[in-house]
Amino acid sequence: MTEVVGIQHFMVLSTLMFFIGVYGFLTRKNLITILLSIELILNSVNINFVAFNKYLYPENLGGHFFAMFVIAVAATEVAVAIAIIISLYRKLKMIDVENVNEMKY
Amino acid sequence: MENFYYTLIIPVILFFTFVFTGLLGRKFKPLFSGMVCTASIFISTALSWYTAYQYFFVQGKVDGAYKLINVFNLEWLRFNETLSIDIGILLDPISVMMLVVITTVSLMVHLYSLGYMKGDPGFSRYYAFLSLFTFSMLGLVLSVNIFMTYMFWELVGVSSYLLIGHYYDKPSAVSASKKAFIVTRFADLGFLIGILLLSAYAGSFDFNELTNPQGSAILQSASVTFMGLSAVTWALILIFIGCAGKSAMFPLHIWLPDAMEGPTPVSALIHAATMVVAGVYLIARLFPLYIFTSPQALEVVAYVGAFTSLFAAVIACTQTDIKRVLAFSTISQIGYMMVALGVSGYGGEEGLGYMASMFHLFTHAMFKALLFLGAGSIIHAIHTNEICDMGNLRKYMPVTHITFLIACLAIAGIPPLSGFFSKDEILVAVIEKNFFLFIVQYIVAGLTAFYMFRLYFIVFWNKEKKYEHEPHESPSIMLITLVFLAVCSAVAGFIPFSEFVTSDGLPFVTHIHMKVAVPTVTLAVIGILTAFFLYKKESTSPDKIKNSLGLIYRSAYRKFYIDEVYMFVTKKIIFNMISVPIAWFDRNVIDSSMNGIAAATNFISEKIKYLQSGQLQQYAFVMVAGMILIFLLTVYLITL
Repeated sequence: MTEVVGIQHFMVLSTLMFFIGVYGFLTRKNLITILLSIELILNSVNINFVAFNKYLYPENLGGHFFAMFVIAVAATEVAVAIAIIISLYRKLKMIDVENVNEMKY
Repeated sequence: MENFYYTLIIPVILFFTFVFTGLLGRKFKPLFSGMVCTASIFISTALSWYTAYQYFFVQGKVDGAYKLINVFNLEWLRFNETLSIDIGILLDPISVMMLVVITTVSLMVHLYSLGYMKGDPGFSRYYAFLSLFTFSMLGLVLSVNIFMTYMFWELVGVSSYLLIGHYYDKPSAVSASKKAFIVTRFADLGFLIGILLLSAYAGSFDFNELTNPQGSAILQSASVTFMGLSAVTWALILIFIGCAGKSAMFPLHIWLPDAMEGPTPVSALIHAATMVVAGVYLIARLFPLYIFTSPQALEVVAYVGAFTSLFAAVIACTQTDIKRVLAFSTISQIGYMMVALGVSGYGGEEGLGYMASMFHLFTHAMFKALLFLGAGSIIHAIHTNEICDMGNLRKYMPVTHITFLIACLAIAGIPPLSGFFSKDEILVAVIEKNFFLFIVQYIVAGLTAFYMFRLYFIVFWNKEKKYEHEPHESPSIMLITLVFLAVCSAVAGFIPFSEFVTSDGLPFVTHIHMKVAVPTVTLAVIGILTAFFLYKKESTSPDKIKNSLGLIYRSAYRKFYIDEVYMFVTKKIIFNMISVPIAWFDRNVIDSSMNGIAAATNFISEKIKYLQSGQLQQYAFVMVAGMILIFLLTVYLITL
C-alpha cells in the first residue's frame, strides 16, 4: 500500500504556513493581523510536532503533548496580547503598529 | 584569702559615669553632672586606697616578695595556643601604686574643677571626658595584656585630644589638640609594630608570660637579628618610640607644650601627673624583658631620657608662659624617670633605678599636679598665662603662694620635701652606672631649681603689675585641693618606697647617700639663690644676661626651633615634594582617565542610540534576517 499523504506534504504545509506567518508579521500594520500571523507560525510548529510524532515515533505521545501545550500557551498569549491591543486602542484610538513607538530611545 | 574582684569596680564605675553624663548631661544642671562624676571618682579613690592597703599590707606578699596577682582574665580573641588578646586586671606593685596616684590626682582635679570650670558652657561635657580619661588611664595600668594596654593607650590619647580641644571655638586649642593627637598617634604606630614584632618572637601578649624572668618569652627570644641588633631589641625600641610619644620624649615632645591650651586642671591631670607618665609606666611594666633581652634598648631609653631632660630644662628657663614653663619642666622630669629606668638593673639593690623611677613618678605626680593647679588658681585670678603680667601675687593669694612654694621646693629637691628623696635615689642609681649621665642629670637638677624659682619669684614677688581688677584668692574648693596636694608633696618622700615597689618584688632598704645628696642640694640652693637675686626685685640684670647670651637664649626661647624643623619637614618636604605631586597625579592622570572613559562611552552611545527606533517590525525583521543568515551559514559550513 502506497501512502497517499506522506511526511513531505506536512513539511511543505508547515513551511508554507511558517513563512506566510513571518511575512505577515513583518509587513502588516494592523496589530490584530500581526497577532493572527503569530498564530500561523505557532500552528505550523504544531503541525510539525504532530506529523513527526506520527511518522517517526508512533508509539510515543510526546509530539501530541507538545502540540497541546503550545495551543494552551498560544491561548494565554492571545489573551494578554488582546488586552494590550485594547489598552493601546484606548490610548491612541488606533491599532497601527507603526505608531506604537513609545519604547524608542 | 579574700580576692580582689572589687578592683573591677574602680575603672568600670567611671565608664558608666562617662556614658551617663555624656548622654544625659544636658538634661540636668551642670553642677549635677560634676557632682555625679566627682562622687564616682571618690568611690574609685576609696577603693584604690583600700586595694593598696590590702595589696601592700595584707595579702600581696608571698614569701617576702610582692607577686603579680591576676584578678581575672577573660579571653577575648585567640590567635593560636599561646597568642591571645585578653581582658583582665593585673595587680602588682606598680599597677597598685598607679591606681592610687591616678585616682587621687583625678579626685583632686575633679574637686578643683568644680570651682575652676564654674560657669563654663561645656561643664558636663568636660566632666564626662574627665571620667572617660580616668577610666582609660586606669584600664591602661590594670591591663593584663599588652594589646589591652594598647587599646586603652589609644583611648587615653582620644580623651586627651577631646580635653585639649575643650575650648573648641579657639583655633589655637583646636590645632593643639590635633597636634597632640597626630604626634602621639604617629608614635603609637611604632608601638603597634613593636607589639606585633614582640609577639612574633616572644610568642605572647600576656604580661605574666612576657615579664617572667624564667619564662619562655625571655629565654626563647633574642635569636633573630636584624642590622646587628636582635629582633626583640628592635621591638622594644619601637615600643619605646610609642612611650616617647606619650611621655613627650625628644623629638616627639612637641605636642606637650601646645597641649597647655586645654583647661588648666586637665593639664594637671593628663599632661603632668598621669597620661604623660604612661610611657614610663609601660617601660617599667616590660622592664624584665628590657633588662634580660636587650640592654641596648635600655641604653637608648637612658640616653634619650637624659638628653630630653637637659634639653627641656634649658628651654624651661626661657619661657614666659607659666603653663609652658611647667610643661617643659614635666618633660624634663619624665626624662629623669626614663634615665633612672635606663640605668637600672634587675633585682634587689641592683634595681634601685627602677624603684627610684617609680618613686619619682609618684612624687612628681603630686607636686606637678599641685604646681599646675596652683598655676590654674593664678590664671583664674588674673586671666593671663604670661608671667610678665604677674608680680607680687603673694599679697593677694596667700594660700596659693604657700602651696606653690612647697611644690617648687619639692621639685627643686630641697629636703625634707618629697622631690628630694626621689631625685636623690635617681642620682644615686645613675652615678653607680654611668658617670656621664650623672653629670647631665646633676646639671638638670640645678636648672630645675633655677627655672622653678624664676617662675616663683616673678609671679609671687617682683614688682606689682597693673591688674584689671584686684586679684582674689580662689574659691575654697580649689584651695582645699591645693592644700591636700601640698601636704602630699611634703610628706610623700617619707614613704619607704623601696619596701613596696621594686623590680622583682623583693623589698630592700635605701638610705640617703650623703656624697650625692649634699652636692645636689647645694646646687639646688645655688639655683634658687640665682633666681632670688635675679628675679626677686625688678632689675635689669636678667635682660643683660639675656642679651649677652644672644643666640643661645633666642634659640632656647624658640624651643631650639624643633617646631620649625617639624614644619619644614612636613610642609616643605612632605607636603611640597610628595603630597603636591601626588595630588597633581590624582587630579590630572587618574581623574582625567576616568573622565575620558566616561566621555567616550557617552559619545558612542549618543551615536548608536538611533538603532533603538521603537518600531516592532524593524526589530523582528533584524531578528528574522539574522536567523536566516545563521541558517545559511550553518548550511554552508555543513556542506563545505
